[in-house]
Amino acid sequence: MWLLIFSENYGYKKIRIMGPLIPQGLIIGQWDFVIALLIGMAFGFILEASGFSSSRNIAGVFYGYNFVVLRVFFMALVVAMIGLLYFDYFGWINMDLVYVLPTFLPSMILGGVIMGFGFIIGGFCPGTSFTAAAIGKLDGFVFIGGVFIGIFLFGEGFPLFEEFYTAGALGNITIGEVIGMSNQMVTLGVTIVALVAFWGTWLIEKRVRKNIKLFKF
Amino acid sequence: MISETHNEKRPNYLNPYFGGLLLGLLLLAVFFLAGRGLSATGALKLSIATVENIIAPGHVENSTYWSKFIPEDGSSPLFNWLVFAGLGTFFGGLISGAVYGRLGKLRVEHSPKINAKTRLVAAGIGGILFGIGSQFGRGCSSGAALSGTAAFSFGGLLVLMLMFGVGYVVAYFFRKLWI
Repeated sequence: MWLLIFSENYGYKKIRIMGPLIPQGLIIGQWDFVIALLIGMAFGFILEASGFSSSRNIAGVFYGYNFVVLRVFFMALVVAMIGLLYFDYFGWINMDLVYVLPTFLPSMILGGVIMGFGFIIGGFCPGTSFTAAAIGKLDGFVFIGGVFIGIFLFGEGFPLFEEFYTAGALGNITIGEVIGMSNQMVTLGVTIVALVAFWGTWLIEKRVRKNIKLFKF
Repeated sequence: MISETHNEKRPNYLNPYFGGLLLGLLLLAVFFLAGRGLSATGALKLSIATVENIIAPGHVENSTYWSKFIPEDGSSPLFNWLVFAGLGTFFGGLISGAVYGRLGKLRVEHSPKINAKTRLVAAGIGGILFGIGSQFGRGCSSGAALSGTAAFSFGGLLVLMLMFGVGYVVAYFFRKLWI
C-alpha cells in the first residue's frame, strides 16, 4: 500500500507502508484510542443490527428456529480469513506481526466448555450483552454483571489453578501447523464447511419454523 | 418488571449474511490497523483490575494475575485500546437500537415458559460462567473464537468448536429457558 507524504527537505515522496499500523508505531498521538472507539462502535452497531441484542434470537441456533448466529459468525470468519490471505498476498500486511492467539490446551478446553454452558444458560456472549444492555434489556445488564463477577472470581482464585492455566503451552500455533496444511487450505476448508452449514441450516430452519406463528425474538 | 415474550411482527434486522460480511470486513480492518482482533471481555477485566487497584493496591501487587494488567509507568489500566473499544461497542449498540427503533424502557426478554426472574437468574449465571470461561479460554466469542480463528490460531478454533459443541450437547436440558 502506498502513501504520499510531504517533507520540507524532499518535497512529496511516495513511501510504501504495510499493516498492521499500530504495532509498528505508524499511528501516533493516541489516535489509536479514537480508532478503538470507532471500531468498537462499528462492532456494537453490526451486532445489534444483526439481531444479537436478543438472547432468544441467539439461542435459536441451538434449537433450530433461528440460525442468525451461525450465519453472521461463519460469514465474518470466512470474509476475514480470505481477506487476510489477500492482504498478505498483495503485501499489504505483515502476517508476522498479526497476533496469533497462543494455545494452552487444558486451560482452553476447559474455558471452551465453561463458555458453552454460559452460552446456553445466559443466551449472550459478552459482546452481545453490551448491545442488549444498550437498548434497555435488563437481562443484558445482569449478564454483564455476571461476567464481572466471573472474571473477579477467576482473578482471586488464580493461585489455585495457575499451573493448570499455563500447562500444555503450544505457543502461537496455527490450525495449519497442527493438521499439516497451509493457511490457504485451512481457509478453503472453513469456507466449504460454512457453505454446507448455510445450506443445511436453511433447510432445518424452514422445517422448524413451519409451526411457529409468533416470532420468538 | 416489563416482560417481552411475544413479537408478532418480524423484527427489522440486517440480512445475516450481509451483517456477517460487514463484521468480517471490520475484523479485517482491525487486523490491518491493530494487528489483533476484536475483544469484549478485555474491557471488563481491565475495569476490575483498576477498581481493585484503587481499593486494595497491595493485594493487586501481590496477585500474579491482577498485577499483569497494571502498567508499570503508573498510568491507569483503563487507558487501553480494549477499554475504548468496549465502550464503543455499547454506544454502537445504542446507535443501532435508535436507528432501527429498538431502544426502549428497561425490560426483560424471556420465553413464555419462564418468568422474568428466572431469566435474570439464568442471565447472571451465564455471565459468571462466561467470565470464568473467557479467562481460561484466553478470550470470549469475540477475542478467541472469532478473532483467534480468523488469524488462524489453533486455540481459537478449539474454543469455537467447544463453545458451540457443548452448547448443542446440553441444549436439551436447558430447553425450557428458550422454547
